Amino acid sequence: MTAPVPCDICIINSILLLQVTVRDALNQAMDEELERDERVFLLGEEVAQYDGAYKVSRGLWKKYGDKRIIDTPITEMGFAGIAVGAAMAGLRPICEFMTFNFSMQAIDQVINSAAKTYYMSAGLQSVPIVFRGPNGASAGVAAQHSQCFAAWYGHCPGLKVVSPWSAEDARGLLKSAIRDDNPVVFLENELMYGVPFEMSEEVQSKDFLIPIGKAKIERQGTHITLVSHSRMVSLCLDAAAVLAKEGIECEVINMRTIRPLDAEAIETSIMKTNHLVTVEGGWPQFGIGAEILARIMEGPAFNYLDSPAVRVTGVDIPMPYAKILEDNSVPQIKDIIFSIKKTLNV
Amino acid sequence: MRKMLTIISNVLRGSASRNGAELVSESSTLRAVLQLLAVQSEYANLTYPHDHDLDPPSLLKDTQPLSPSVEYKALGSGQSSGDSGPHDRPLTDVASSEAIAQKESYVEPVMTSGSSTSEELSMVTLVKERISEREKNIFEKIISPVIDVPPSPALNTGARVVVSARTYADFTPQATFDIKKCDLHKLDEGPPLQAVLSREEGLQYYRTMQTMRRMELKADQLYKQKIIRGFCHLYDGQEACAVGIEAGINLSDHLITAYRAHGYTLTRGGTVREIMAELTGRRGGIAKGKGGSMHMYTKHFYGGNGIVGAQVPLGAGVALACKYLGKNELCVCLYGDGAANQGQIFETYNMASLWKLPCIFICENNKYGMGTSVERAAASTDYYKRGDFIPGLRVDGMDVLCVREATKLAAEHCRSGKGPILMELQTYRYHGHSMSDPGVSYRTRDEIQEVRSKSDPISMLKDRMLSNNMASVEELKEIDVEVRKEIEDAAQFATTDPEPPLDDLCNHIFYNDPPMEVRGTNPWTKLKSVS
Repeated sequence: MTAPVPCDICIINSILLLQVTVRDALNQAMDEELERDERVFLLGEEVAQYDGAYKVSRGLWKKYGDKRIIDTPITEMGFAGIAVGAAMAGLRPICEFMTFNFSMQAIDQVINSAAKTYYMSAGLQSVPIVFRGPNGASAGVAAQHSQCFAAWYGHCPGLKVVSPWSAEDARGLLKSAIRDDNPVVFLENELMYGVPFEMSEEVQSKDFLIPIGKAKIERQGTHITLVSHSRMVSLCLDAAAVLAKEGIECEVINMRTIRPLDAEAIETSIMKTNHLVTVEGGWPQFGIGAEILARIMEGPAFNYLDSPAVRVTGVDIPMPYAKILEDNSVPQIKDIIFSIKKTLNV
Repeated sequence: MRKMLTIISNVLRGSASRNGAELVSESSTLRAVLQLLAVQSEYANLTYPHDHDLDPPSLLKDTQPLSPSVEYKALGSGQSSGDSGPHDRPLTDVASSEAIAQKESYVEPVMTSGSSTSEELSMVTLVKERISEREKNIFEKIISPVIDVPPSPALNTGARVVVSARTYADFTPQATFDIKKCDLHKLDEGPPLQAVLSREEGLQYYRTMQTMRRMELKADQLYKQKIIRGFCHLYDGQEACAVGIEAGINLSDHLITAYRAHGYTLTRGGTVREIMAELTGRRGGIAKGKGGSMHMYTKHFYGGNGIVGAQVPLGAGVALACKYLGKNELCVCLYGDGAANQGQIFETYNMASLWKLPCIFICENNKYGMGTSVERAAASTDYYKRGDFIPGLRVDGMDVLCVREATKLAAEHCRSGKGPILMELQTYRYHGHSMSDPGVSYRTRDEIQEVRSKSDPISMLKDRMLSNNMASVEELKEIDVEVRKEIEDAAQFATTDPEPPLDDLCNHIFYNDPPMEVRGTNPWTKLKSVS
């Protein structure tokens, strides 16, 4: 793989780690997959001439044209259904929801038409589709634009649900999702779009894929396991950095995939640390944390817990607008630290 | 022989009228029958020597209408009993009921076609059965072309025997029929007002429609026996829609419909066995028993969809794929009058029109969305106009030829790149919405009966073919018998095939994925799932 390059350039290349924002990682992943497979196309509101409502699809329409990058009218149920039908007939659509709040209008097509069809047809009809878009809380967008749908979609068999955190996650998981022959719900986060991450050369390769269904340990630790997804992973890492100064070493697990859930990774970690705190942005009832805790209780890791596992979640209210209220509606670093200390009884 | 055949064909052509709608005059029918019998008896004379008793009545030589007082001697080849005693059932005199009542004997058309077997001879004895009052009344009431209504076993026998002498060269290879004009919306030209039907096509449509009809009726039976459970939405009455549409497109085109899908599963390549076994939930079912009545799939047929209206955007998506992949295929996207008010359908009209998708939207208007009549559900019941900017046409959905011609027009429209088109098929379902609906609380039994008697799609096709000499009664009866057998076999299979194995419970969650574990009902139960 190494080409004969003059030594000095070689060294410069390896020193230069690319800084890529999540937005650009998503953009490049889509670009590469569109190029790789003729059947892949993108449809959604403002994805073409507007360059994407959040500029995630910037430049794609110019490169691929009207056939592959399709602006739709504001009719979620209709265009989601059209995307599913196109997938049934042999194409590989990427259906963008401007936010996942709007996917509620189309949720019948996602669940009843996409997720269940392979099973109902006993394997005759597959649906290779990706539904993607920003999910969860943003900043100042109020109640109707701030809901987290991880638990809702994570509930349904027949779907794969992924929730990337870093640019590397975004790139690898989106490529895997597009190449996957099944319906994948790809939950992005608007607040993460502009965040840069280091991307190694390996990650930059055109065939870099992250397997769906495998979590990643972002930080090794010994005293407690923190399990999180999407933006909350950042908060967990920040909390871990603060606690490290106090001598508490947190193991931070980035779920990467909501469904199928990598329970094994969590169990292995608990068997090491004996404590668990889950952190999510969504509401507590019947949420991601609730599922993780139930599984740990039912599994072998329960016997390794030295204290009850707890969940840190968003507050159980519709999202308010005023900044002070909004800030107190989602977990903050101090909330995570507080919960960790309570669990560790320190 | 040739003379006989000429006479018979003259008779048939002379008496045949378009769709059997015109009544032949009494006297000419009578004449026809007399001619027929004369020839038969002549032939019998020629081929089978018999006694004087059995000489042909002299009257047969002239063509005057029969007078009530004439007596016929019984013709019976080889009837040793020479039984010419009073027979209660007069056949040939169709002129009046009194004449019929008075008749003492009748002419037995016992012509043998050159190779008289003992079976044929024994058929003659059947002829001596007493005709029932009811049959007599029916025959009295109906004066129809000779071959259409055989009022008695005798004539039946005769007809059978006569038919066996006919070859396929005798049938009309094709005929042209007038079909109803379609109401048009934003279309300059509708489908042609005449349709050409070939004998082969006619027989194929008849067979398919009859198969569909019997399959649905068998499903009704099995449901009442609790062998089929859950949902079962039957299609009988609407057969002309499925068959007509398929006749207007190719198997390489695509089709999607809602839950009343058994008929389409058949026309799209499913077998009756697979369909019935799916209804009974067995492993031989088209979806291995995992889908049921509403979720059947075949190549280029996307179900079978349970959520009302959801199939319409899906169909437009399939059409998008057709256009994208450039294969000159189109998608037929069906929905009912109940679904026609769904918002997502209007969203789909918009996008299909904007992007000029090759999509034929078809509203099967059977007048009732579940139990709500169209007047109570829709502010505008002109479903063919509801596409607004999409051209539309309203079609008689009980006439398979009408549906076919309209579908051909629609297909041409789509394939020429003009974008979507909308068809409303006016049709009717005999059963209720589903098996749990008797279907009479929101409509009258009279209405159902009226449609059954006046507009039944299978009867319409049958009448057309018979009155134009495109097939014989016997031939169609044979098809009926074959269909019945096919359905019986399928039902037998569907009730005896085993249910799917429990191992299959968690399979088919994901496609092309490594095997995975699925949680059972409790934490200790871990089930296996393969793709």
